[in-house]
Amino acid sequence: MIEAVGLTKRFGAKTAVDQLSFQVRPGHVTGFLGPNGSGKSTTMRMILGLDQPTSGQVTINGRPFRELGNAQRNVGALLDAKAVHGGRRARTHLLSIAQLSGIPEKRVDEVLAVVGLQDVARRRTKGFSLGMGQRLGIATALLGDPRVLLFDEPVNGLDPEGILWVRNLMRQLASEGRTVFVSSHLMSEMALTADHLIVIGRGRLLADMGTQEFIAHNSAGFARVRAAGNDQDGRKALAAALTAAGGRVLQEPDGALRVTGLELPHISDLAHGVGVRLWELSPHRASLEEAYMRMTQSSVEYTSTEDPRAELWEPDPLALPAWEDGAAAPEVPQDGFFAPPPPGAGGKPFLMPGSAAELAGTAGTAPNNPEDTR
Amino acid sequence: MSFPAVLRSEWTKIRTVASTVWTLAAAAVVTVGMSALLCVFLNSQFENMPKEQQLAFDPTASSFAGMSLGQAAVIVFGVLVVGTEYSTGMIRTSLAAVPRRGSFLAGKLLVATALALAVGLVTSFVSFFTGQALLGEHSIGIGEPNVLRAVFGAGLYMAVIALFAMGLTMVLRSSMLALGILLPFVFLLSPILGSVDATQKVAYFFPNVAGSRIMQTVPAVLDGSEPPYGPWGGFGIMAAWAALAVVAGYAVLRKRDA
Repeated sequence: MIEAVGLTKRFGAKTAVDQLSFQVRPGHVTGFLGPNGSGKSTTMRMILGLDQPTSGQVTINGRPFRELGNAQRNVGALLDAKAVHGGRRARTHLLSIAQLSGIPEKRVDEVLAVVGLQDVARRRTKGFSLGMGQRLGIATALLGDPRVLLFDEPVNGLDPEGILWVRNLMRQLASEGRTVFVSSHLMSEMALTADHLIVIGRGRLLADMGTQEFIAHNSAGFARVRAAGNDQDGRKALAAALTAAGGRVLQEPDGALRVTGLELPHISDLAHGVGVRLWELSPHRASLEEAYMRMTQSSVEYTSTEDPRAELWEPDPLALPAWEDGAAAPEVPQDGFFAPPPPGAGGKPFLMPGSAAELAGTAGTAPNNPEDTR
Repeated sequence: MSFPAVLRSEWTKIRTVASTVWTLAAAAVVTVGMSALLCVFLNSQFENMPKEQQLAFDPTASSFAGMSLGQAAVIVFGVLVVGTEYSTGMIRTSLAAVPRRGSFLAGKLLVATALALAVGLVTSFVSFFTGQALLGEHSIGIGEPNVLRAVFGAGLYMAVIALFAMGLTMVLRSSMLALGILLPFVFLLSPILGSVDATQKVAYFFPNVAGSRIMQTVPAVLDGSEPPYGPWGGFGIMAAWAALAVVAGYAVLRKRDA
């Protein structure tokens, strides 16, 4: 259990971490999300006693890190894959850390095998790739078989096989009842790995909730409804009925309706009620990536003049010229709305995931959960 | 976490990097080699030296003459032991593993100083006997007054100069900065100040100048420039410098974020 209370860190006039309070509970993988410069690493460093908080405190199992007796046995951490002396061999690097806690030499070879570095154990670490460095760092964290594990960006530089391995490792460690705290800005990765999320921006806590809950709260899940033959009258009637039932209806350029606030079966019933046949009635769930973008867009620290998030965002399909008959339903606002795109360019009325991120976002969740089509 | 465990870990760390071997080997080779060369030269030129110099000839100190250059390697050793922790980022891994920073510092300094002392003692004994063998009829035996003190003192000098370098690097947290201050200090500032009458009294209290007094067995009375302390007094001044550097280094390590 990691507990932060009013944790604050100032560097001169700049506040890196501002009144942060959270708990990281055992038995879960807790993801730590935030844009670059939002204070993730500083928070990690304060947890490990490397930085002194300006005010507030953070404890591990009730005690500040610097007062823990046998640190390696209690807390394992990967902060920086390159934080090793490049002239030392992988095995002796681990050995020197193992000896601090009286961990037997046998355990060093064990963790080297766990992370898959047994073949390069006797090589100097300056020849290591970033991925090998990450593995060595993970080996360091695992050495003392600790109950609390911290990983700062553990999948940086890993190949897909390595990413999968880290994901399974995290989940396994958590299932053994350990406290696992992982920072990352790879949203799709977090969606698959973390059960719980702590999101910060500009050093402030933005969210502390379950991953599913976070996605549900911070993204616009919606239903896409398409009347048969794109028939305008049917659509108008349907839109009126949906609005009357308390739904919010927006119109997409290709004539489909984007409905929030109503569940799918209810929409179907209403369509039946007004006698409109449907060609499409599909749930759309936002991915963690969108939820995250939506939440942190105001707290991104470093933005380039060319929007750096552009590549993460879906191109906004709604920015196309407005459909001529806009009276029936209001246009989808085009400002700051980062929902997945409508079906492919040909307007084919079947569902394709808009992006890999969307795929990842739904893969980790119960698919097509009608509750989320608010 | 027990202190012996910290010592064991630091010993593993220090013996598994190439720079330890290279710097300490360089210190030994340079000291012994330079001293031997000087002793050969002195032996052959002894008759041509002025009378005063012949009288004040110190065969013991002559056999350590190479240490003035060899100490550069010892300083580099001390600087690198601490400095590479910072330059590589290893310090974060180290401190995440040893939350008590005092233990970390004490363990590191103790191991590195002990190693420098061991190498220093071997170097001083080898240098002494080699030098005396080459000095021929001008040599001195190890049983003569003050000679054994000087030989041990030369080993101690190496250990304390290494400790001083480590303490200073702890304060500066950078190998480059520490070397950039220490080497010009030892090889430019103290010889220059020491050769000018007006500033000589200041130079007497520099750690390397004060400390090297312990390697001499004949006081430099002839030119009237005897420092205001004895061999152990000078060594004490040097040790005080080292202690000051270590205390300041500890204060920095405790206070600053790693």
